[in-house]
Amino acid sequence: MSALLHVDKISKHFGGFVALDGITLEVQPGERLGLIGPNGSGKSTLVNCICGTLQNESGSVQFDGRKMDGLSAHQRTHRGVARSFQLPRPFHSMTLADNLRVPMLYTVHTRTGPLHADNIDARCAELLQMVGLANKARQWPRDLTQVEMRKLELARAMAAEPKLLIADESMAGLSHSEIDDILALLIELNKAGITIILIEHIMSAVMSFSQRLAVLVSGKKIADGKPEDVVRDPEVVRAYIGQ
Amino acid sequence: MNNTMFAVAATAVAIAVLAFAHALGVDYFYFAGYTILQFIVLSTAWNILGGYCGYVNFGTAAFFAMGAYSSVFIHKLYPLPIPFLIVIGAIVSGIVGFGMGYLTLRLRGAFFSIATLAMAVVLQTLVVNWDYVGGSRGAYVIHPENLEFGALSVHYIEYLFVLMLALAVLALVTARTIERSQLGYGFATIRDDELAAESCGVPTLRLKLIATTLSGAFMGMAGAPFPYYIGYLQPQSAFALDYAVNSIAMPMIGGTTSWVGPLVGTIVLGSAQQYATVTISSAVNLLIVGLMLVGFVIIAPNGLIGLVQKRFRRQP
Repeated sequence: MSALLHVDKISKHFGGFVALDGITLEVQPGERLGLIGPNGSGKSTLVNCICGTLQNESGSVQFDGRKMDGLSAHQRTHRGVARSFQLPRPFHSMTLADNLRVPMLYTVHTRTGPLHADNIDARCAELLQMVGLANKARQWPRDLTQVEMRKLELARAMAAEPKLLIADESMAGLSHSEIDDILALLIELNKAGITIILIEHIMSAVMSFSQRLAVLVSGKKIADGKPEDVVRDPEVVRAYIGQ
Repeated sequence: MNNTMFAVAATAVAIAVLAFAHALGVDYFYFAGYTILQFIVLSTAWNILGGYCGYVNFGTAAFFAMGAYSSVFIHKLYPLPIPFLIVIGAIVSGIVGFGMGYLTLRLRGAFFSIATLAMAVVLQTLVVNWDYVGGSRGAYVIHPENLEFGALSVHYIEYLFVLMLALAVLALVTARTIERSQLGYGFATIRDDELAAESCGVPTLRLKLIATTLSGAFMGMAGAPFPYYIGYLQPQSAFALDYAVNSIAMPMIGGTTSWVGPLVGTIVLGSAQQYATVTISSAVNLLIVGLMLVGFVIIAPNGLIGLVQKRFRRQP
């Protein structure tokens, strides 16, 4: 089976700082990949390069068999890559339902042709139901709690009907029960056929979620494999705990 | 109300206004009304970029002047009826808007605003040094007193008033249509968060270019009949700061998120200015703008529309 996402030796510099140094990463269709690394190791930069927010300087990113280099973020979203942001970035002036309407109008629209208004409304309701925010459809993001904001972020990413979902620290700052909530949601999405990359610091969450684990340290990938093997890898232990 | 219905309603209101003006039979009403209508077009056009997308344009005067000076140019070259000049003004200013957007939209916030201000200065310098359209001396555009449509003889100022009334209707209908369309949703996402908009699949650069082009084109339309209204056009009056300041202040006072805002803001502020011009002095205009802006920022940061909405329902 060919990989859904194939990141081939990509590099990214910020001035003299090497943020990504020849990263290679493959993700198979339907896989749940955990991506971990200390702060500043390049996780978010990698996500930004995959999603088109930043452009990699060398190497290439292939998605679904096609090259994505040089495409802007919205074009990559149209191809089927969706992301949630580390800090939730809802559209503040719109209700929750309208927040979800945007990806449908601008992404699903371009793939399937014009959608009927009723279909959009139904799909909005369905997504809000899925994340447990159905009764808040007409409220504004400012009325939400932190965990609800994360759920809205995931729901909006899902509204674009992606093949690959990249969840960038969707659980940071949440309580245990809230983390379980989000995890259950992500696993449910994965069962529905969506490939997921989870970027997270909370190890218990990453370990229970991931089928495979990749570790970034200082812009390099130092480990990639079964979660239980990776966390025992001496190099990973050294990077996290020190010698 | 759907868009066609709204267009019909807006036209009906415009005809009522015209009938009232005609019954009144005072030329001054046309003169004052023309200015207010012109600012309805300008502030609505400004609001397409400034209110819907959140990009504050300080260069309104430049787009307005491009419209006015393309009319002067055509007038000298080969005089055409004003409706044609309006179309030409729209095209010229639309192109300037597109170019400005392409060059400056990678800038955000205050940097974008400064760039638009700089563009206005550059264009003014060009016009000042362009002899064909009068340079710094200015240009006279003499219009006949009456206009003959077959047996019908119309005062020229009434004719200009009707044209501006039609433009105001067109601008308001366009703004309202945008607001309720897919484009309107896209504009709002740009105002809220561009990064998130891109990740939702919104082609932000393309939408911003549509906004700068449309906004510029409407400002050019408002400027095209201006030389015929004023009779003598010089760079200082066409590029006057009043246009930039008023077309920002009017939507702010009315409310920037809806087409109603610029309309209400212009009627309130524009009428106050016209009243002050007659009773006190035209120099008081900017003082009025300043005081009203300060007042509204304190009392109603979301404009009159925001104030009304807050009163009638729970609002974000």
